[in-house]
Amino acid sequence: MSTLEADVGGLAPAWTGAHRWKRIRHFVGSHPLFVIGLTVFLVIVVAALAAPWIATHDPLAIKFSEKLQAPSAEHYLGTDSMGRDIFSRVLYGARTSLMVGVVVVGLAIGIGLPMGLLAAYFGGRIDTTMMRIADVFLAFPPLLLPIAITAAIGAGLFHAMVALAISWFPWYARIMRSSVLRVKSELYVSAARAMGVNHTNVMIRHAVPNALTPVVVQGSLDFGYVILAAASLSFIGIGAQPPDIEWGLMAAAERAKFLDFPWTVLCPGLAIFVTVLAVNLVGDGIRDLLDPKHQEFK
Amino acid sequence: MSEEVLAIRDLRIEFPELFRTVEAVRGADLSVRRGEIMGLVGESGCGKSMTAMACLGLVPPPGRVSGHVSVDGFEVVGRPDRELLPVRGGLAAMIFQNPGKALNPFFTIGRQLTDVIRLHHRHGERESREVALEALRSVHLPDPEIALGRYPHQLSGGQLQRAMIAMALACEPKVLIADEPTTALDVTIQAQVIVLLRELADARGLTILFITHDLGVVGSLCDRVSVMYAGRVVEVGSVRDVLESPAHPYTRKLLATVPKLGDGHSELAFIPGQVPDMAFPPSGCAFHPRCERASPVCTKSDPDGRDLGAMHRVACHHAHGGGETEAPGTANGAPAR
Amino acid sequence: MSALLEVRDLDKRYRTRHGVIHAVQGVSFDVREKETVALVGESGCGKSTVALSLLHLIEHDGGRVRFEGAEFDQLKGRREQELRRDLSIVFQNPYSSLNPRMRIKDIVGEPMRTAYGTRGRELVERVREQLEAVGLGPEHLRRFPHEFSGGQRQRIAIARALALEPKLLILDEPTAALDVSVQAQVLNLLRELQRRLGLSYLLISHNLATVESIADRVLVMYFGRIVESGTVSEVFNDPRHPYTRALLDSVPSIDPSQRHRLKPLEGDLPSPLRPPPGCAFAPRCARAAHDCTARPPPLGSIGSREAACYHPLGG
Repeated sequence: MSTLEADVGGLAPAWTGAHRWKRIRHFVGSHPLFVIGLTVFLVIVVAALAAPWIATHDPLAIKFSEKLQAPSAEHYLGTDSMGRDIFSRVLYGARTSLMVGVVVVGLAIGIGLPMGLLAAYFGGRIDTTMMRIADVFLAFPPLLLPIAITAAIGAGLFHAMVALAISWFPWYARIMRSSVLRVKSELYVSAARAMGVNHTNVMIRHAVPNALTPVVVQGSLDFGYVILAAASLSFIGIGAQPPDIEWGLMAAAERAKFLDFPWTVLCPGLAIFVTVLAVNLVGDGIRDLLDPKHQEFK
Repeated sequence: MSEEVLAIRDLRIEFPELFRTVEAVRGADLSVRRGEIMGLVGESGCGKSMTAMACLGLVPPPGRVSGHVSVDGFEVVGRPDRELLPVRGGLAAMIFQNPGKALNPFFTIGRQLTDVIRLHHRHGERESREVALEALRSVHLPDPEIALGRYPHQLSGGQLQRAMIAMALACEPKVLIADEPTTALDVTIQAQVIVLLRELADARGLTILFITHDLGVVGSLCDRVSVMYAGRVVEVGSVRDVLESPAHPYTRKLLATVPKLGDGHSELAFIPGQVPDMAFPPSGCAFHPRCERASPVCTKSDPDGRDLGAMHRVACHHAHGGGETEAPGTANGAPAR
Repeated sequence: MSALLEVRDLDKRYRTRHGVIHAVQGVSFDVREKETVALVGESGCGKSTVALSLLHLIEHDGGRVRFEGAEFDQLKGRREQELRRDLSIVFQNPYSSLNPRMRIKDIVGEPMRTAYGTRGRELVERVREQLEAVGLGPEHLRRFPHEFSGGQRQRIAIARALALEPKLLILDEPTAALDVSVQAQVLNLLRELQRRLGLSYLLISHNLATVESIADRVLVMYFGRIVESGTVSEVFNDPRHPYTRALLDSVPSIDPSQRHRLKPLEGDLPSPLRPPPGCAFAPRCARAAHDCTARPPPLGSIGSREAACYHPLGG
């Protein structure tokens, strides 16, 4: 037999397309919490998108004649102190929260990822500069930095999101940096350099795709924390401002009446709780799916 | 015949994965006698390292082990960790491929050595220091007193492997299990370790199970050798029998593929096909898809071992018999030398 | 035959916290057309540093490199890019040298994409030809590296290295990470490609048997210097430098009756931070005399080859 014909035979059956699909199916079967989290999360997403059609009332319509009503057939979750329908407001509030999650995590990754990439790839002075900048932001206690920033640039939902992104990006810069450092020592990076591929292409084609997994995992886990943090900022009055519809703000506005009219605070509070829990379950699942080390054996 | 120190009978190790079960070891038998150096050879994925791990009950989860492994009469399989303490480092010790990674970088060689000694013996500090020094001297580590105070990164690869061997031998084990201990070393250091292990076996009657993929090391070090393929031992015998008149077609091919010094630019023989995926091992004899002697019976039944001569056993339906004069190299189209 | 690659007095120093390490000192050699030159030595001897500095993956500190008659170091921009195409490398570990997130067609296609901007159908066609040359069928084009065995991966790495039709291929321990049965296939393939394409190889290896099976000439390195060079048969059958002898005596023989011939070299490499004043091998050498510790011996001709030793063997 000629040398050339040898050793090109069968592939391990585990890696054919059918198996990949089976692998995903099996993963879903063996991670019930992930499935529950994902289902809840998808329901929330659909509810947020379809809010105008599902909502029974105008979330902004003030009707003092119907204020502070208990849950009923007319108002599924009751009304608040201005007579607004809480069910409709919770639905619209989902839009705000999901948007906050996407924008803040997106912004944080958008700033942190290139910083970490450049720092790790070029090293030396660039590395030191980038990472010291990141360290400065990391030196503040978690929620204090966004509070300080919003205090400086003014309250409001958009400002709160920017503030959260600024306090969050150093984590992504650090994760990306350590991930790229690992990839940089792989031979395929040297191989690409040896055949004359320029730095930009090495970074885009080789470094980023292989370094992205931990960033994606962290992003999916952070999504829930960001929603929670934004709600907290709104709750203390420096996040969303009326007439924004935001769960933290809803809870804050009614907090004095909590003991007498518990649904006014409980409903938005539960909405935050359920969303964050669902998102975290999905995040854990994504981590297990992308990181083979976490895969459980039966 | 001297007594059997390490006995493995019908060892099976399985790793259940997401949708398949990898059968790493499928009924391996092995027997090592006192003072003997047994080589265990095979290609990557043949189950030789897992067999070694099973000797100390170190098969990582979720591996399932069945069969029997007895170290100096002590049954290892099925015991919980706490009952294995007398085996690990006591009856049997292990050295690994990468000595740099097997030592803790934060503690001195002396500290790590005395810790091991005190784990197994009720020695005082000075006493265990003496034992440690003696252990380092026995592996010919230069300046053992100074080496005791050194950190792993201050020693060279060869010195580290000597320190590892010293640590393994400090508690006077009956068996030393060596998992590719020379693979990561340079040839000159490898030669040093080979000579050292030979000396320890001769002088102290140490029993060694030496796992390697390098047939040259087997030829230079071992007394007997077991050849593993797809989780089974397919041939076992004295080094001379197996390397000079191999009976299993796999052993023959493996020998023919090794480039030897002095062969010049000859075309190298190779084994066509691939090592089987152990989640789906071939039916019958696992080697039949790559074997030119394969016949229908080979696809149906897995051959049992049969004796060819004194202590030379082979598991093959069509083993190369003693009567054939064929030289190993010419059996598979390699040019005769 | 003219020299394709000329290396003269190559020097490389690493500055560390503890001092300067002189990793490569005054290394000179030629690689001629259609020739395989092997650089052998133990880890830390500087052989990989030589290979990497030839590829400009690290900068060297002295000496010059001429490739196809041009000063490689002084070339800039376009001309350097062109010359680079004639020089390629196959790395030791095919598990790390292929990007796990790229398909085979993209991995093998990357050099052509980068050098000529080839895209689309033409690129796929060229990749198909390259894979065929190393014995892999077109059905592999859309697969990922993890779907292949070690030997197949090394074939893919070779296909990629050959994509720009180089004249010189640097082989950095090309079979060290492979099983013996597969090593033989890769070595046979390399030999066949050399015959067919007229390639020159610079083989970096610590495995003397591998070197003997494919190399024409061999350079033995110890502690950053070349200590002996000559044809493989001369150097391996009749070494002049005591280190070469020690290296050969350290190779374990598969033949149990040759067991007594295994003679380990005593001692360890000297510390690179405190190199011995004379011959770096003197502290471990049985033939060392006074002059050996005074200053390092130069590489001198002994018959048709060279050795750097004041008291060579067999002379």
